[in-house]
Amino acid sequence: MSKSKVKTATAGKNDYVTDKVVTPKEKAINAVVFIVLALLAVIMVFPLVYMVLTSFMTKNQILSGHLTLIPDPVLIGKYSEVLSKGQFISGILNTIKVEIPVLIVGGFTSSLAAFAFAKMNFRGKDKFFLALLATIMIPFAVVMIPQYVLFTKLGWTNSLLPLIIPGLFGNVSMIFFLRQNLYSIPSDLMDAAKLDGCSYFGTYWRIFLPLMKGALGTQLMLWFMGIWNDYLAPTIFLRSEANWTLQVVIRSFNSYYAIQSDYALIMAASVIAMIPTLLLFFIFQRVIIESIAISGIK
Amino acid sequence: MTGKKSKTQLSAMAKREERWAWLFIAAPFIGFLCFMAYPIIFAIIVSLSRWTGINSLWGNIVGFRNYIEIFQDAKFWKSMLTTIIYMIGIPIGMILGVTIAMGLNRKIPGRRVLTTMYYVPVVSSLVAVSILWAWVFNYDYGLLNTLIKFLTGAHGPNWLADEVMVKVAMIIFMTWKGLGSSIILYLAGLQNIPRDYYEAAEIDGAGSWAKFANITWPLLSPVTFYILITSLIGGFQVFVEVQVMASNGGKNYSAATVVFYLYEKAFKNGQLGYGSAIAVILAIIIFIITAINFHGQNKWVKTID
Repeated sequence: MSKSKVKTATAGKNDYVTDKVVTPKEKAINAVVFIVLALLAVIMVFPLVYMVLTSFMTKNQILSGHLTLIPDPVLIGKYSEVLSKGQFISGILNTIKVEIPVLIVGGFTSSLAAFAFAKMNFRGKDKFFLALLATIMIPFAVVMIPQYVLFTKLGWTNSLLPLIIPGLFGNVSMIFFLRQNLYSIPSDLMDAAKLDGCSYFGTYWRIFLPLMKGALGTQLMLWFMGIWNDYLAPTIFLRSEANWTLQVVIRSFNSYYAIQSDYALIMAASVIAMIPTLLLFFIFQRVIIESIAISGIK
Repeated sequence: MTGKKSKTQLSAMAKREERWAWLFIAAPFIGFLCFMAYPIIFAIIVSLSRWTGINSLWGNIVGFRNYIEIFQDAKFWKSMLTTIIYMIGIPIGMILGVTIAMGLNRKIPGRRVLTTMYYVPVVSSLVAVSILWAWVFNYDYGLLNTLIKFLTGAHGPNWLADEVMVKVAMIIFMTWKGLGSSIILYLAGLQNIPRDYYEAAEIDGAGSWAKFANITWPLLSPVTFYILITSLIGGFQVFVEVQVMASNGGKNYSAATVVFYLYEKAFKNGQLGYGSAIAVILAIIIFIITAINFHGQNKWVKTID
């Protein structure tokens, strides 16, 4: 399935079912379908809306046991309370400290490897690629014990290094998608660069990297979200609380403040933790949804 | 491909290209060796030992004793069964997913907004939404039970503290979390079915159900297969949901999954050998699913061409 085909499809130009003349009967069916789908969509997002509403409620209202949805009075104090907690801020900073080096260096190593796999000739190309691809299928749970042992031996578990270093070597699914993307770019460019005496790295850096900007951006965004939402690796590898990433912090907030029934604070913390990825999603939803759709029909 | 023709005698230029290419793929390949290949071999060795991380690994090799114990370990089987019970959510999600996707494939207003709404749970932090759902399922003050009380006057079940209801709760939660991605995948699949197929069927007088059964569903089989395989692989790795919503594994360990049990054995009890043996079993299960994927695709999946 070619990429362009999917693109036009998800852009909504092909309404296969009702592209032609819409009969009154069809119209009625569509109206019913719309109402049902809208209702279901509201049910889907309702828990998240409820999460936001709860974060503005007073403890009395939350623990009243009655069905109340609108905060009365509206309390915004829980947000400033969360943001004034050192642990929460350090969780955000630690997550950012992982994101920046991994995305910059990992994005570079992944795109460079994708370029080599798509545009260069070398022996063992397919074998190397298959070996890398196999790692996608290996669940993290299988390698987490040996990795934990390795990182402990290296003395990394008192720092953020267990989350940073592996990422610097690149991301296999990113290599896979960028390679697919590069296939759609004509290889003539490669030959022209060769004739001009452009070095291989120069060809990557000056010609192909700019051409894969869009795909690289989408993949980096997805990777950003993955790191932001990661929980299992940080809980296992980070020994000291000072290094906890945001997800580990909100989970510890949950166990700590639930005992005090301070649900507004827990919800406020979770809402803040979700904002960056949701914001990215709302802004770039089209490319994100497209790249997910492609993964299914490739 | 110049590489194939002259395997023994590469021109100077091809040699140069090859050396650069190897350099360019060096980083991911070294990463693969250090953080995947080596750990897997190490996990297999550790799984044959009683290693705790403190005692000597080589002095505590016990052969297959961990595996034999796991097969007699009631707690392992319980967590395996729970893991599989949670997978009831997979077909539910697929049926809902294909139904909603077919609706979204019609000419209705606000399709993009609706799609976004369905997809929001997918991109939300798993920890945050697990916390949220633990709150929704709260016995005394949770949204669900206040709603049940409001509607029926009776008190709802103690979702997370009941051995059966905790599983129902988890299935509801996981289906909610994953529904958006099956909708997106089915929608993309639907939009790739050529319209002529339906027109031809209509000329033959086929009804809606016949069209669905004979065209839509068979042609969606690659998507169905993809969703099934990825959900099965994901289903065997459920962990975070349990740790957040039933942090001790639930009443009588009724909520615990295989990975949750593995985690407790390895990182709480320090039984790295036993934990590694569970990890190896998990890897074998997932390997088998992947193998079925490769073979089954030709057998069961119908494509347009």
